[in-house]
Amino acid sequence: MEKKRDESSSVKLVGFWVSPFVHRVRWALKFKGIEYEYIEEDIFNKTPLLSELNPLYQKVPVLVHDGKPLSDSSIILEYVDQKWKPNPLLPDDPYERAQAHLWARFADEKVLESAWLALCSEGKTQERAVKQAIENLEKVEEKLKGKRFFGGDKIGHVDLMMGFVSYMLPVWEEVAGVKILDPLKFPAVAAWTNNFLNHEAIKAEYLPSRAETVAYFQWRRKELIPVYASYSRWSNK
Amino acid sequence: MSSSIKKMAEKVTLLSFWPSMFCVFALEEKGLSYEYREDLPNKTPLLTEMNSIHKKIPILIHNGKPICESLIIVEYIDDVWSDRAQLLPSDPYEKAQARFWADFVDKKVYGAGGKITWHRYKHEAAEGKKELIENLKVLEGVLGDKSYFGGETFGYLDIALLGFYMWFPAYETFGSFSIEAECPKLIAWGRRCSQRESVSKCLAEPNKMVDVVVRFRRMFGLK
Repeated sequence: MEKKRDESSSVKLVGFWVSPFVHRVRWALKFKGIEYEYIEEDIFNKTPLLSELNPLYQKVPVLVHDGKPLSDSSIILEYVDQKWKPNPLLPDDPYERAQAHLWARFADEKVLESAWLALCSEGKTQERAVKQAIENLEKVEEKLKGKRFFGGDKIGHVDLMMGFVSYMLPVWEEVAGVKILDPLKFPAVAAWTNNFLNHEAIKAEYLPSRAETVAYFQWRRKELIPVYASYSRWSNK
Repeated sequence: MSSSIKKMAEKVTLLSFWPSMFCVFALEEKGLSYEYREDLPNKTPLLTEMNSIHKKIPILIHNGKPICESLIIVEYIDDVWSDRAQLLPSDPYEKAQARFWADFVDKKVYGAGGKITWHRYKHEAAEGKKELIENLKVLEGVLGDKSYFGGETFGYLDIALLGFYMWFPAYETFGSFSIEAECPKLIAWGRRCSQRESVSKCLAEPNKMVDVVVRFRRMFGLK
């Protein structure tokens, strides 16, 4: 893959080491062969940089290209795909592209959200969240049948958006003491997990160690259980 | 030329619920012929299902293939009929900005507005009102002195907010405040958009939205 020296030197990514949203962007940049400067931001001790780059939400990831900031991982991924055209992540066909957008939303609004809730809750709330997460995964299993990747033979936008399922979900399952992705029930998803983690762009990119990730989410779970318990709307979803 | 004529002969059906206008604005802007069908999954939706209804319809059916989710549909329409009335900017950064702000509208305006219209307790409506005004002021900043969010041309972000602009009379009634007093530039923008032919034919009368909220509140057992 060619290095785009003139544009890539002006690419910066502000992230947090364990955020799956940040990892997505790192994968995309790796896939496109874009060199960038990575800036670690401790989201629990935010610096003025984040307020400056993402004043509205003060969240990571933020991509800064030629001094212009962009936030929201799926928006960043689309931007990167349009700006650096070789090795496209999104399909050309408008209908296929609309489907990719829908599945990208499904990845965050359903799959990730239900898994996250399972991580941050206990008792009945957790049971409901696990049930929901499994239902969501059934749709993913259906989508993946007979395919190596969501994009078909090649990795694409939806694979990157769903990527957290391959390495983050098992950590959340362990920490929360639940089982969502049973390889016997979800053979296509399990196979995809292997294909995804063994893809050259994914393998070559930084991922935090499992031990560190487990420790981090054990701490987050303890902190967040009371927060989500008091948020009654969750129990209605 | 021949491919655009072919496209015009293609079958386009929109399954929607009249308060959700996003896709209609896009279809009208593009000057497309389409079949419009009112569709409400449940006759008496539960309060918590209003959200899933929002997600389930509208559906655009183009040559037999369904596309869901309002803004995804708008983008699809823009992609397919790319030869006229461009809705999303071509520049990748401008496009990303339009998406970012449309997402803000979808999460923050819809969320805050919902607290006002569907409040059970008065403090929820007050919270919603405060959030809504804050968020609308942010959007006023984004609009600046431009005629439309798209600049000189009406576009994707205008459509994203216009869908909620229709609900403003309901927010004002149930929140007991005037949006114009707080965000005059935004109301001026709304009026400007309402004068567009594509919009004026579909925009509901202000009272209609208030009536819808009254009716649903009664159905959900809210005072």
